[in-house]
Amino acid sequence: MALLIQGGRVMDPASGRNEILDILIEGGRIREIARHVPGRSRKIINASGKVVSPGFIDLHTHLRQPGREDEETIETGSRAAARGGFTTICAMPNTEPPIDDPSLVEFVYDEARRCALVQVLPIATISRGRRGEDLSPMGRLRRAGAVGFSDDGDWVSNSGLMRSALEYVKMLSLPLISHCEDKTLTQEGVMNEGYYSTTLGLRGIPKEAEEVAIFRDLVLLGMTGSWLHVAHLSTSRGVELVREAKKEGLKVTSEVTPHHFTLTHKEVRSFNTNTKMRPPLREEEDVAAVGQGLKDGTIDIIATDHAPHTVEEKEVDYISAPFGIIGLETALGLVIKELVEKGTLSLMEALAKLTVNPARILGMSIGRIEEGARADLTIFDPEKTWKVEEEEFLSKSTNSPFIGWELPGKVEWTITGGKVVYQSRK
Amino acid sequence: MSFQRKDLLGIEDLSPEEIIFILDTAKSFREILERPIKMVPTLRGKTVANLFFEPSTRTRLSFELAEKRLNADALSFSSVGSSVAKGETLLDTAKNILAMKVDCFVLRHVSPGAPHLLARELDVSVINAGDGAHEHPTQALLDLYTIRERKGRIKGLKMAIVGDITNSRVARSNIWGMGKLGAEVRVCGPPTLIPPDIEKMGVKVSYSLEEALEGVDVIMMLRIQKERQKGSLPPSLDEYREFFSLTEERLDLAREDALVMHPGPVNRGVELPARIADGRKSIILDQVTNGVAVRMAILYLLLGRRR
Repeated sequence: MALLIQGGRVMDPASGRNEILDILIEGGRIREIARHVPGRSRKIINASGKVVSPGFIDLHTHLRQPGREDEETIETGSRAAARGGFTTICAMPNTEPPIDDPSLVEFVYDEARRCALVQVLPIATISRGRRGEDLSPMGRLRRAGAVGFSDDGDWVSNSGLMRSALEYVKMLSLPLISHCEDKTLTQEGVMNEGYYSTTLGLRGIPKEAEEVAIFRDLVLLGMTGSWLHVAHLSTSRGVELVREAKKEGLKVTSEVTPHHFTLTHKEVRSFNTNTKMRPPLREEEDVAAVGQGLKDGTIDIIATDHAPHTVEEKEVDYISAPFGIIGLETALGLVIKELVEKGTLSLMEALAKLTVNPARILGMSIGRIEEGARADLTIFDPEKTWKVEEEEFLSKSTNSPFIGWELPGKVEWTITGGKVVYQSRK
Repeated sequence: MSFQRKDLLGIEDLSPEEIIFILDTAKSFREILERPIKMVPTLRGKTVANLFFEPSTRTRLSFELAEKRLNADALSFSSVGSSVAKGETLLDTAKNILAMKVDCFVLRHVSPGAPHLLARELDVSVINAGDGAHEHPTQALLDLYTIRERKGRIKGLKMAIVGDITNSRVARSNIWGMGKLGAEVRVCGPPTLIPPDIEKMGVKVSYSLEEALEGVDVIMMLRIQKERQKGSLPPSLDEYREFFSLTEERLDLAREDALVMHPGPVNRGVELPARIADGRKSIILDQVTNGVAVRMAILYLLLGRRR
């Protein structure tokens, strides 16, 4: 049945369109965009006072399936995505087993087709078993539908292997995503190395663990002339390295998570295990630097690094707790609160980093509002504030440091392929 | 002045007035230890559970004695052979013991913040008996007590803490405590065992023991914790001894009336030669005695009065 979105402010970063328009959806696609589309015999969404944006795209989601269905599944993760306004999520391959074989890529697609509310795109591993020893069958993984490659959670520390991956991926036109962290510097670290790791007696993860890894990857990128996406930048110098590489003309893109542009290592003083993630929360100067990186385009996209863990796993002492926090359902709120309201980005610029920019990295034509395009849309109220409540999460896990926060930007409707997959109750 | 806290988790969040109040309270308990009958009925009917998830002799015995001297009932629990080995979590273990109706937990744990977790989740007093490399507040309080007893003051004193600072909760708690009471603290050790940005805690850093000892009133030697080293050990214990052992010649660089302290257990012949550990400047055993009195005071302040 046709769906008419009436009177919303259509903001499409790809075209720069920013005006109050009606959008008619038919057969899962955008049929018409106009000042006024007649509403007879159609289901109508009154979007007046709301923003209609292309559906958000998350390049960095952990769905935990197969292997850790107690933490999250493709189904529950997709529900969380829908609530957060994401219509496409890229599933990281560090599952059990890791996605290093075409049959596993197919499994993710099959499972998504069966139960996912949003589009789920599998990322496959760079190395077989994520062991960092030899390349996974990247060509066959691509044919099976993998949209990128990453050993996320681990850096490919073997430089020769990383060189091969960068070279090989050139014939596949897919992004190579690097989790930049030299584990010989991270060691047993659980938080940013600095004043607070010292006073709290917790082992530190130095910023140099990220910077050394980025630097090596960029050197290899220059050598191979390939392309590279740097995941979750967290340090000031990391941003600077990417900025310089872009200036030199290297084909590098990068991302930052909402928690890294919002929180600092100060938060760890609470010993709340939901402040523990990799890379860790850094310092004020780093938060400022990633903000600057977002502003000047060094950082192309915002990605959540949604990493669910159960209450049982997180309700332990700080050292024993696993790394990672969920992020799909709080991303928009943090983007508006921390970036738009503080003047770092305009709302349009921020939306670009959630829509058309990740689409470009994937080499896909999604993330835009135009006639004929797949109807993936997010309708939100940029003014309305809401409270982050543990019970309200649609993710199977609730490991968020933002519980209790008041956030602006309430997602009211999420539409995937023309179907309403989320509707706010209030 | 009064002490209104539910828990004692660290020195960092105590005010100088609270520290002084605890030390003054400890003075009257110290006196009890010299009596023929070393017991008062202060905590009769109260139950304290000592949870030790890390090996400890001195601290654990000291707490148990303090509890007994106050007439409290004491339960002791160590992780060896307990249900921890069966996968029970810290919080679950504590909740189960709490269900048997105890009034206080004394917790020693390898993870910084473990006592804070119990304090946050449970409506019962929690005393931090050492959480990883974070804090060991009762140790620092007994050190402050002992120094004040000997020197009559803390303000204006110069103290050197020597050894593995990175892994030492005793160092951190003493840095906070001595600093709050107006002393000057220097830390000294090989650069691999000095944590980053420690200067911001208000201390001076030196890699030379000779330089660190110059004119100090108090020397606190730390144990080289072989069991905690991961890649940051000095190349060898012999080399460590050569640079950081407190020899007679080095001790002469400190003030004539300098005190030598150690939180124990001492690696005799490594950081501290036996002659100095047992010498006239050593107050190591006074620290141990005072530890019981200080812990009595803390138990009393947390449990003995209506909050």
